[in-house]
Amino acid sequence: MSQPYRLDEGGHIDRDRTLEFTFNGRRLQGHPGDTVASALLANGISLLGRSFKLHRPRGIVGAGAEDPNSLVQVGRGESTIPNLRATQTELYDGMEVRSVNCWPSVKFDLSAINQWFAPLLPAGFYYKTFMWPRAFWHRIYEPRIRKAAGFGKAPTGSDPDRYDKTNRHCDVMIVGGGPAGLSAALEAGRRGARVVLCDEQSELGGGLLGMRDFIDGKPPHEWVRTVVRELEELPEVTLLPRTTAFGHYHHGFVSLVERVTDHLGATSPDPRIPRQRQWRVRARQVVLATGAIERPLVFCNNDRPGIMTASAVSTYINRYAVTPGRRAVVFCNNDSAYQTALDLDDHGVKVEAVVDVRPEPKGVLVDRVYKEEIPVLAGHAVVDTRGGRHLSEVHVMQLDAEGTGLQGEVRTIECDLLASSGGWNPAVHLHCHPGGRTRYDEKLATLVPDEPVPNVISAGACNGNFKLDGCLTEGLSAGATAASAAGFGDEDIEGRVPGTGRHEGIRLRPLWRVPTRKALTRSPKQFVDVQNDQTSADIFLAVREGYRSIEHIKRYTAMGFGTDQGKLGNINGAGIAAEALGRDLAEVGTTTFRPAYTPVTMGLLAGRDIGHERFEPVRKTAMHRWHVEHGALFENVGQWKRPWYYPQAGESMQQSLDREVLATRNAVGILDASTLGKIDVRGPDAAEFLNRIYTNGWKKLDVGRCRYGIMLGEDGMVMDDGVSARVAEDRYHMTTTTGGAARVLAWMEEWLQTEWPDMKVWLTSTTDQWSAISIAGPKSREVVSAVCEGIDFGHEAFPFMTFQHGKAAGVPARVFRISFSGELGFEINVPANYGQQVWDAVWEAGQPHGITPYGTETMHILRAEKGFIIAGQDTDGSINPMDLGMHGLLSKQKDYLGRRSLSRPDAIREDREHFVGLVPTDDPNSPLQEGAQLTDNANANDAPKPVPLAGHVTSSYYSATMGHAIALALVRSGRERMDETIYAPMADGRVRKAKITSPVFYDPEGKRQNV
Amino acid sequence: MLYIQCPWCGWRDESEFSYGHEAHIARPQDPDALSDAEWADYLFMRTNPRGTHYERWVHTAGCRRWFNAVRDTESYEFKAFYHIGEQPPGGRK
Repeated sequence: MSQPYRLDEGGHIDRDRTLEFTFNGRRLQGHPGDTVASALLANGISLLGRSFKLHRPRGIVGAGAEDPNSLVQVGRGESTIPNLRATQTELYDGMEVRSVNCWPSVKFDLSAINQWFAPLLPAGFYYKTFMWPRAFWHRIYEPRIRKAAGFGKAPTGSDPDRYDKTNRHCDVMIVGGGPAGLSAALEAGRRGARVVLCDEQSELGGGLLGMRDFIDGKPPHEWVRTVVRELEELPEVTLLPRTTAFGHYHHGFVSLVERVTDHLGATSPDPRIPRQRQWRVRARQVVLATGAIERPLVFCNNDRPGIMTASAVSTYINRYAVTPGRRAVVFCNNDSAYQTALDLDDHGVKVEAVVDVRPEPKGVLVDRVYKEEIPVLAGHAVVDTRGGRHLSEVHVMQLDAEGTGLQGEVRTIECDLLASSGGWNPAVHLHCHPGGRTRYDEKLATLVPDEPVPNVISAGACNGNFKLDGCLTEGLSAGATAASAAGFGDEDIEGRVPGTGRHEGIRLRPLWRVPTRKALTRSPKQFVDVQNDQTSADIFLAVREGYRSIEHIKRYTAMGFGTDQGKLGNINGAGIAAEALGRDLAEVGTTTFRPAYTPVTMGLLAGRDIGHERFEPVRKTAMHRWHVEHGALFENVGQWKRPWYYPQAGESMQQSLDREVLATRNAVGILDASTLGKIDVRGPDAAEFLNRIYTNGWKKLDVGRCRYGIMLGEDGMVMDDGVSARVAEDRYHMTTTTGGAARVLAWMEEWLQTEWPDMKVWLTSTTDQWSAISIAGPKSREVVSAVCEGIDFGHEAFPFMTFQHGKAAGVPARVFRISFSGELGFEINVPANYGQQVWDAVWEAGQPHGITPYGTETMHILRAEKGFIIAGQDTDGSINPMDLGMHGLLSKQKDYLGRRSLSRPDAIREDREHFVGLVPTDDPNSPLQEGAQLTDNANANDAPKPVPLAGHVTSSYYSATMGHAIALALVRSGRERMDETIYAPMADGRVRKAKITSPVFYDPEGKRQNV
Repeated sequence: MLYIQCPWCGWRDESEFSYGHEAHIARPQDPDALSDAEWADYLFMRTNPRGTHYERWVHTAGCRRWFNAVRDTESYEFKAFYHIGEQPPGGRK
């Protein structure tokens, strides 16, 4: 018979429909309303996987987010999802479920041998064992640990699903749809506030779904149905089931994940519907009604399949109509687990005993258990368990009066289910995310929210109020307070709380771990963090080895490191650490709670902001297609795609570069310079403004002329450079480096707005408005003359570093006579949309002269031959203008940004690094390595370390013009060391040799650009 | 994610803004009058208080205007937003 552990009636499942699914290839059945965990339990399957380190058999412990063991892999191929928590994953028809972390199978796991070596795998084992030899870590230890320890498998293909993001503003955001959350929503919603309520489960009701009680004389789920129906009618209320609030940030910002189609199949059934949706909610008021998580008791061998939290057992019975066993023992230190004993008893499970650590339990629930003639072993504890792949018996002993020792005979009880309760921990995670603190509550023996975060209210169980009537009252009150604070009414809630059954406190006796019969180190393991195989002995070891802070103990033992983030074990761990440290738990505290509350997919965080369309846009010039058609390879410069070089058939890269360089030096080359940053600087104070930004003077620059300038940070270091032209008395056309454009604009804006707000200057980015075509080489004048009208290109009429207005290919143009190659050169600027048309005309006109397109690499070689810097390549934020030999650009007539820093003692040190040229002398045709460190030690590789450094190579190329390799470098006192030899030790053992030269290799008089 | 009131555009998410640095640090009128130590103080030294901090933000993905804010560095609560060139409401402490 299928589903042998399913009850004939009850629960929130649809028995009329059957869902087929497989677990590790085995065909099984469940019903709508099931989670993977409840369906497996209904089929009598409790062994789900193996533990992380010791590969011990592990089963379902909880019924929600706290479960540490039930990680499964769902689906296959590119839509497979690893490490889903079976307790939170809804079953769908045709679902494929597999265990993780076991090989070759869950029942026979080869790595299980680890548990026999367990004494060799204590806390801190990774740190101690795998430290030596260091080189082994990456190559041997880490891959093997990962293979042995890995959980699920990530899909290898790209994600077929879509993920959306949506933004929402509301008055009251309520997290949790249990009694407190629903009450809060009702109160705030009735007052007309915009309410968003989310709950991680498939239906609203929270803990009420797994509970037997009465609200207003009705079973809890009927009360839930009535409330939900009313909320659905309220126009300003949004209800979001299957939605987890995974992060709570400052100022009312809450991140939610709505699982839109996860319950329907491995992928969304309709490509237009996202699989998951991220809600980014900005709320005036936040009500947290996140409930509480039951913590288990800690005893020897407490990790066997069949050992669960008591509340989970009740939830499986009441909500899913599944009994997780046939013969049960309940082990507790408080009243709440007695309800589980009654739930089991009422549904035909034999309760062999309630083992209660309290000497004299009493109360309504206790009386009812006695009335059902269930044996109660007061003042006793479960000290050990037996079982192979499933629990088969528990061992019980009497506790001494202090609860720190054991006495009497061991009593053995056969059973297949142990329901344990060590008390309840409020789910304070979201309270803590934005900085909320907690305090230790002696009576509840747990942490509860301390002073509230502004505009955040915790209500119900997450506030330490575990009684149903208390949750309803606090929820109503929180809804009222939040709505009032958001401006919606201020009525009293007196007399509006629905009636419930009689509730008493849980009357807990704290017990962080059961005493052991032998010394702790020689006793069977008492697991604290089940997912990470972390035990009470590990905590004692950490304390013995000197750890005091709970944050350090956590990191040393890996407690709470798992995907469950210690929801089950961390408070127990803190309690045991307090015992080991001989301090109060209140003093020890707990570790920090950080987002995400439960794991979220990368897809959700990315949403549709992926790829080059929406995450990292690609910028292309107007001539991009031409470059593609002419075989250009591209280089990324910032977001720009720039032609790198244009290889012809059969050419190596160096051959292409040599061809491009020589064509430009001997005839004419054409370069797309459109990406250069361009800023329109305009206003009556524009000249004065440039005077403050640039190091040189700009006021006397005539209209129609250009000038090279460098700008410094206030620390005196070179920030950017470029040529700017005076277009009119009150207007300059500034150019910047391609990558620096946005930074320079922002920098100048900041000074204008904050320091010089009285200056009349306006800055406008015009980078995208212009196409810029650079034509360089001795034949460039012939080419531009053929393309342009209305411009006299004679040397006298159109001198170097000036510009003219005219027409290029019929298009209004600015033509600059400037040069970054050292050759005679012109740059035609036209409105961007005409770029291709003008480029075509230049290309056509250049054909008789053998015009050659060149890219950024040739541009770099040409400028390096001339010793021109590239800001950001030859400078690195620690280089000032004197280092570059640019003394002549530093005005003495005015102040400018960074000037004062140039006289600081460090700026005028004699042994600063200078910008120089290098020519390799060992192998003149072979370029030095860019970035290579330079030293004066010819045997640097064999010399004692550290070897004193003398500088480094910033740019290095083979120069076809010179017929040998050249390099630019920063060398300590380099200008005083001309013709000296310097060495570049290489990683392969060689030491390169080079001569220090002037950085200007070619045409040092600058004749070629001035013809 | 902080919620910030741009004096020009109103309340917006933090992701639209960029943090600048401490506010009310005026560039010296005559840098030459400063000793190296005084210039270094202007250049490098910033307060890092626990509590009230006066700071400068820019609405990068909005109006691109700079403005000042008073923020409690411990609670992240903004106490005020005000224009460049103005003093915070109630003055600076």
